[in-house]
Amino acid sequence: MGAAVLLKQFESILGAPLDWQSRPEPERAPTGIAELDSATGGLPRGCLTEIVGPASSGRTSLLLSLLAAATARQEVCALVYAEDAFSPHSAADAGVHLARLLWVRCGHSAEHALKAADLLIQGGGFGLVVMDLGDTAPHTARRISLASWFRLRRAVEHTPTILVGLARQSNARTCASLVIECGRHAATWSGARSVSRLLRTVEVRAQSTDRRKQCSPVFTARAI
Amino acid sequence: MFACLHGTGNLTALAMEFSPTVEVTGPDTVTFDVSGLDRLFGLPLDVAVAAAITRRARECGVKANLALAGNPDAAICAARGFSGVSLIPHGDEGKFLATLPLTLLSPAPQLLETLERWGIRRFHEMAALPPLGIAERLGGEGLRLRELARGEGDRKLLPLAEALHFEDAIELDYPVELLEPLAFLLARLINGLATRLATRGLATDELRLRLKLETGGTHERCLRLPVPSLDTKAFLKLMQLDLEAHPPAGPIVHLWMGVNPVKPQAAQTGLFVPVAPEPVKLELTLARIQAFVGEGRVGTAELLDTHRPDAFRMLPWGRSQATPLRQAPSTRLALRLFRPRRAARVAIAGSQPSFVMADGVRGKVLELAGPWRTSGDWWTPDPWHRDEWDIALSDGALYRIYCEPAGWFVEGSYD
Repeated sequence: MGAAVLLKQFESILGAPLDWQSRPEPERAPTGIAELDSATGGLPRGCLTEIVGPASSGRTSLLLSLLAAATARQEVCALVYAEDAFSPHSAADAGVHLARLLWVRCGHSAEHALKAADLLIQGGGFGLVVMDLGDTAPHTARRISLASWFRLRRAVEHTPTILVGLARQSNARTCASLVIECGRHAATWSGARSVSRLLRTVEVRAQSTDRRKQCSPVFTARAI
Repeated sequence: MFACLHGTGNLTALAMEFSPTVEVTGPDTVTFDVSGLDRLFGLPLDVAVAAAITRRARECGVKANLALAGNPDAAICAARGFSGVSLIPHGDEGKFLATLPLTLLSPAPQLLETLERWGIRRFHEMAALPPLGIAERLGGEGLRLRELARGEGDRKLLPLAEALHFEDAIELDYPVELLEPLAFLLARLINGLATRLATRGLATDELRLRLKLETGGTHERCLRLPVPSLDTKAFLKLMQLDLEAHPPAGPIVHLWMGVNPVKPQAAQTGLFVPVAPEPVKLELTLARIQAFVGEGRVGTAELLDTHRPDAFRMLPWGRSQATPLRQAPSTRLALRLFRPRRAARVAIAGSQPSFVMADGVRGKVLELAGPWRTSGDWWTPDPWHRDEWDIALSDGALYRIYCEPAGWFVEGSYD
């Protein structure tokens, strides 16, 4: 009874009812892709974001764009590759500042990737930590327990770090604050089939499954 | 109380055995502070210390006169002027030194000549002169001579700068086989060295460990840190991780550790500069990761100055040079590489790939672009040349495949 009276008095001083449950909206960082930023507002800091999609769906192009934007902001980024598929030349072409990118090559072990990402997040100080399971078999990635994802989410909470998981399908489920599902919309080839034909661009549809705001912007990744 | 040794032999080493404050006064003279040695040698201090120094000098083969006085200059004069051991009672310095010749004080030749003409040849004669008259006729140098002749010098010693050797060693009675007991010994070495560094306001960026093995060999490890630090816990953990990754070949009988003394890093980050991982903590994290992913698999990639495909090298974190940044005007299509490359079986139709089969890759070629012929390093023993195709397969993915003398390979997928 006394507590209720105190609460009412407190609310009358504040001028608004107290909301103990809701949390402040996390700060968002731009992805470097205007279409995606205008649709989603960027990736939330202190949260887990999943980028999912099949092979050649534009996931890695989106990831490199993220890294380029983060390193351009002078942030230190970490990239943990479970399957050693990272191409430094591709990253440099995308504008990633390689000196600000810590690369961990886990040699075909999702377990090591998970452990390395955990250690890096616990260490703190990174602007972006990426765990790439893009070439890991879906059944192997699915073996990562929800408790492990929850641990990663808790570790990154209340930090300015963006944690990104890249895989063929969503594995973190409820632990992910944002899931961006990539799909190849179209690929543009130019020139005659037998002479001077070029892979020009790939259009990627990035479907965001944000609980509050669902959208599916399309962006273009240029091959040349 | 000050002592002075004048003679031949390793005088400095002998003085260092009794005091950390040792002045090399001349090539054959050292002066050192012996205050407080009564706790070691007992009272009366001068007698006890003189006895100890004489005994030790005899053992070391040092032949020198020894003098003990209340000020260093009186001790120096006595050691140079009297043979054997001279103990000058406090307050009687002038009386004790009275008979010594003035040449002992090495005055300037002109000043000595003047004094000779005046008939002043001994300490007591100089000490008896009035200070005002000396100041008028001989200036400051004359006054200084008078002060020394009276045994009233009151200067500070200019001690030898101790050579900064930050090294320590432990000789073991029994060989150590396991890393866990070794950690205790390492902690002792690291803590001792860190304390010595801290007292001089220094830090370290390199730890060197040398282990002598029972088998006769040595095991050496060197840890380099990206920034100078004094974090002993981090040093110990890094050393443990390193020894776990590179264990010694046998039981250890002797440990030696040396650190590189450097000035500690003092940097203030800006309010609006993004935070970065704390260097020593990150080094520890990377060492932990390296312990399970393997050496050389954590760091930054540095592109090599060549057109050879996928040419890069891994550098430890924080050691890569800033390379010119390529500005990407728009989102670039990324390539995911297959490491190791996947050997492929390719069906050719009309001199172009029509069907591709490799580990995890199988499909009919729907679209293709190529061949793009590249080559390089033909002037070296390791030349390369290849024909590349960008293909869209019926499995829904885009790949880069290439043909070289060794066969067909799938390099990676566009993603």
